[in-house]
Amino acid sequence: MKALVSVKRVVDYNVRIQVKPDGSGVVTDGVKFSVNPFDEIAMEEAVRLREKGKVTEIVAVTIGGAKCEETLRTALAFGADRAVHVKEEGEVQPLTAAQALAAVFKKEGAQLFLLGKQAIDDDANQTGQMVAALLDLPQATFASKIELDGAKALVTREVDAGLETLEVDLPAVVTTDLRLNEPRYLKLPDIMKAKKKPIEVVSLGDLGVTAAAGLKATKTAAPPKRSKGVMVKTVDELVTALKGKGLI
Amino acid sequence: MSKILIIGQQADGKLSSSIAKVVAAAKLIGGEIEVAVFAKDGSAAAAEAAKLDGVTKVLQIDRAENDHALSAVVAPQVVELAKKGYSHVFAPGTTFGKDLLPRVAAKLGVQQVSDVMAVHGPTSFDRPIYAGNAILTVEAPAAPAVVATIRLASFAAVGSGGSAPVEKVSVDAALPSHTRFVKLEAQKSERPELQSAARVVSGGRALGSSENFKVIYALADKLKAGVGASRAAVDSGYVPNDMQVGQTGKIIAPELYFAIGISGAIQHLAGIKDARTIVAINKDAEAPIFEVADFGLVGDLFQVVPELTSKL
Ligand SMILES: Cc1cc2nc3c(=O)[nH]c(=O)nc-3n(C[C@H](O)[C@H](O)[C@H](O)COP(=O)(O)OP(=O)(O)OC[C@H]3O[C@@H](n4cnc5c(N)ncnc54)[C@H](O)[C@@H]3O)c2cc1C
Ligand SMILES: Cc1cc2nc3c(=O)[nH]c(=O)nc-3n(C[C@H](O)[C@H](O)[C@H](O)COP(=O)(O)OP(=O)(O)OC[C@H]3O[C@@H](n4cnc5c(N)ncnc54)[C@H](O)[C@@H]3O)c2cc1C
Repeated sequence: MKALVSVKRVVDYNVRIQVKPDGSGVVTDGVKFSVNPFDEIAMEEAVRLREKGKVTEIVAVTIGGAKCEETLRTALAFGADRAVHVKEEGEVQPLTAAQALAAVFKKEGAQLFLLGKQAIDDDANQTGQMVAALLDLPQATFASKIELDGAKALVTREVDAGLETLEVDLPAVVTTDLRLNEPRYLKLPDIMKAKKKPIEVVSLGDLGVTAAAGLKATKTAAPPKRSKGVMVKTVDELVTALKGKGLI
Repeated sequence: MSKILIIGQQADGKLSSSIAKVVAAAKLIGGEIEVAVFAKDGSAAAAEAAKLDGVTKVLQIDRAENDHALSAVVAPQVVELAKKGYSHVFAPGTTFGKDLLPRVAAKLGVQQVSDVMAVHGPTSFDRPIYAGNAILTVEAPAAPAVVATIRLASFAAVGSGGSAPVEKVSVDAALPSHTRFVKLEAQKSERPELQSAARVVSGGRALGSSENFKVIYALADKLKAGVGASRAAVDSGYVPNDMQVGQTGKIIAPELYFAIGISGAIQHLAGIKDARTIVAINKDAEAPIFEVADFGLVGDLFQVVPELTSKL
């Protein structure tokens, strides 16, 4: 069975985000970029499924500019067999990304599509669900456990009420939550090997995708800042302070 | 004029408390506000929705397939309904709404606005990006419809003095059978629900075990508070996943928040930006949580928290 995994290049989760003074976006020059953490989890899961003999081939895909090749090399170092780079230097909003990813999934004839539940830059949490909708496939989002069983998958999902389990027919789209697994550290030989693996470059046009009408960003602002409060020395002082503000 | 369709999330026939907040966001746009309840028997939930101030009509779509509100099953029905002249389709920013609405948006061919935190007009909204470290103002195309999830921590629930009519409707949509509900393992708790509690007490990695979490529960019970946790506490298995607060957990806005043995990583802070008052208890005076706390106390939680509980 073939699995497709999408990987997105995002600002590293440790970076302190700065909003540009003119409100046109956030500062990304000279900032560290990494693979979206949820996509690393998706990649790791695909590799584990292959180690269990459930998956035979893993293809990684990304949409973005030339720098995204790094992202694909990371996916290849994790263990993807090959990669598809949908090259687009401009902005790609979720529906357009979903259209492109759906086209790649169809072209590859994959049975399982693993995506992160959200990208930590735009935090949209939409793309996987949109891919599933466009392909009329089952979706199991926010997965914390995946069991493949022949033509079906049993997926445990992290929902507000607790843990929900769904059974879906394959092919299916699954988005990953944090507790699905802990991604491995990449070893140097794997990173070296990844340099030789093939990356196919295609354009949105090659996939028959024209960007959908999008949201227009009118302004980016810093959130209101919380100011540092007061330090109290004892529990009694704390109780007095909270009572003083009518909080207890 | 706007005509807004709100997906009336329900479980076991009970309307989710999130809907009163989604209605609050819709009221900022105005016009007709309709709540659609998809259930096996949605009578009770529809009756609750009908009482919410500002709602002009409730649509009750009863179908056996709607029993577990699976997105693959509900989405085609929402899409059919949405085509009937609605200018907006809103859902709550719960795991249910986040799972369902992009599936609807894609079918309608529109980009979704995720996590609306402020409404400037019928097509202009604020939403958080980068774990809330930047706020993006977006303009959404008005046609064919604006599709958005609502960030619950940003809106106060409307009252329930209304009496909108409830209409039973049938929606003609082919429903897939490729997705089947197996089970829900829900945590039963007598404590207030995390996302609507006025007070929340959260514990972090410092607790060290699920056994030790009892000091958190004891304080919470004294305060009649909900209980939350950092990702580290959840990952370590001290508490279940539905208690995680933060960028990838629950976003909350209590009057009073206690962060106990939590360092204050940006991903955790993303979940508590709207808390009115933050109290931090940490043994490290340099912990970043103190940068945002209204009241900070440096000390060992295993001494401080029981003492605090006994003095309340
Ligand atoms: C109004 C607006 C303006 C924007 N302006 C810019 C801009 O100027 N420059 C810019 O760089 N970005 C910009 N963005 C952000 C960019 O468009 C987002 O990356 C896009 O909206 C996808 O959202 P997301 O990644 O949060 O999706 P999510 O739905 O959160 O992503 C979920 C998963 O989908 C997959 N995925 C999503 N996108 C890709 C991708 N490109 N490649 C591979 N996998 C992917 C990943 O597996 C990811 O984990 C803008 C967004 C908006 C709404
Ligand atoms: C993609 C991504 C998403 C994430 N999403 C979330 C999220 O949604 N929510 C979330 O919380 N985290 C999230 N995280 C994790 C986050 O980065 C932190 O790792 C996490 O919040 C740390 O939890 P903590 O504060 O409990 O643990 P630590 O950072 O280990 O802090 C423990 C604190 O306890 C203090 N302490 C120790 N012993 C005592 C004692 N006896 N008395 C008092 N204080 C004591 C220490 O001084 C320390 O400050 C995410 C990370 C990533 C990469």
